Amino acid sequence: MSELIKQIAYCIERGKVNKMSPFPNDMKEQPGTDELTKQAIEEGIGPDVILEACNDGMQKVGDKFGRNEVFVPELLMAAKAMNAVMEHLKPFFAAGNLKVKGKFVLGTVAGDLHDIGKNLVSMVVEGNGWQVIDLGVDVKTEKFISAVKENPGCAVGLSALLTTTMANMEKTVSAIREECPSVKIIVGGAPVTMNSAKRMGADGYSPDPQGAVTFLNQSVSIG
Amino acid sequence: MKSILKRLNQEKVLVSDGAWGTFLHKRGLQPGECPELWNVTQRNDVLAIAKSYIDAGADMILTNSFGGSPVKLAHYGLKDRASELNQAAAEISRQAAGDDHYVLGNIGPTGVMLMMGQVSEQEMYDGFSIQAEALKLGGADAICIETMAALDEGILAVRAAKENTDLEVICSFTFEKTIQGDYKSMMGVSPSEMIKAIKDAGADIIGTNCGNGFDQMIPIVEEMRKADAAIPILVHANAGIPLIEEGETIFPETPEMMASKVYELINCGANIIGGCCGTTPDHIRALVKEIKKL
Repeated sequence: MSELIKQIAYCIERGKVNKMSPFPNDMKEQPGTDELTKQAIEEGIGPDVILEACNDGMQKVGDKFGRNEVFVPELLMAAKAMNAVMEHLKPFFAAGNLKVKGKFVLGTVAGDLHDIGKNLVSMVVEGNGWQVIDLGVDVKTEKFISAVKENPGCAVGLSALLTTTMANMEKTVSAIREECPSVKIIVGGAPVTMNSAKRMGADGYSPDPQGAVTFLNQSVSIG
Repeated sequence: MKSILKRLNQEKVLVSDGAWGTFLHKRGLQPGECPELWNVTQRNDVLAIAKSYIDAGADMILTNSFGGSPVKLAHYGLKDRASELNQAAAEISRQAAGDDHYVLGNIGPTGVMLMMGQVSEQEMYDGFSIQAEALKLGGADAICIETMAALDEGILAVRAAKENTDLEVICSFTFEKTIQGDYKSMMGVSPSEMIKAIKDAGADIIGTNCGNGFDQMIPIVEEMRKADAAIPILVHANAGIPLIEEGETIFPETPEMMASKVYELINCGANIIGGCCGTTPDHIRALVKEIKKL
């Protein structure tokens, strides 16, 4: 990995977006992912190599988050830094030079307006090279089902933050299962545990965003 | 207006109420329905919840206004009715509480983050001000800001309540146990960091709520008490981590289990004790019974 690519990965891990950004404190005045990606493309570094840097940086910060070494603000800033890279890579995706790993339909279940957890998952999964179809908050079961039907081969992620919406999550899992038996479903959110995930019939559970990435990479066939 | 602080000088421990959200669902609130709209459309159901906690022996009850910030209400197209719905929430609890119990006007997080630029500081402050003023108008004795995770949002909420009403202000954060074994909010704030910042912002009482059951509240209160020897501490604990059984959400901690921990919680410094998600009037009744023995 070239120095420049390593630097891009490090800026993602630390959430350094651009030179103007005051975050993180110890990297003030230094260039961020925005400037460095532009430079990498100008130097002729392949977009696939740059995308690798994204995966690497997001993986590192995602793991740190899973170990409770960093918290939501750091992960959000990392995602922001990653988005700055993606802006530069968009033309390559459009031209077909870069391909996504697969599609991931994501939303919070009906009755839950909280989107913090879901957004974190969305950003980390996207950073790993998946296309995320974000259905938003308070998503009715029917909406999940039609999104699954419109995106053959996708996986589904359900999020809940409220203890009061857990039962809804179970209903949504069963309904999706009935209509689309082969689709892989992962659940997560503050009140959800491995145990309750199993009980509601989900294929996967993760307490943190990086776990969703691991689940997708391992259990969803790519291509 | 009645002072909770003065009362705490005379009595060591006061009892607060239990869950509202889970209770509303039991009474028929449907997923996707706005809980705060029930303050006008299903007033009697909301009143029945408030009364059930007074009947259980609580010294104070909250109001059905947790999601009553204009930002949250906007999701239901009810942003412009924020004042009306918050005032109605306080009026209902006032009616149930009568003159001899406290009403805590409840304010929850907006669900958006300042650091992501989703909302401006001014907009957030104004929203909290609208809520606090309306809750006071409806008869609240104090403002209880709950389930906070971010310091910037917590500080704005406390300031908005202090600067726009003359009420006592309680501010409570939600902490989770990290792998390292200490407690942090979702945004990485520790109980001791929270105390300092929230007290500086003007809170009269600080607290911790939600979380993973009564047991885990003990180390959190210990850390808070170590950081500040004097400020009253409120605890609203969940009845454990919810489980799903036959399509129903079940909370594992029984009233007896909760009551059995209450001495420990008081000994490490809690002054106001009540419940959060999954707790019922029976939980509160058990707490009252145990605390009366003191």
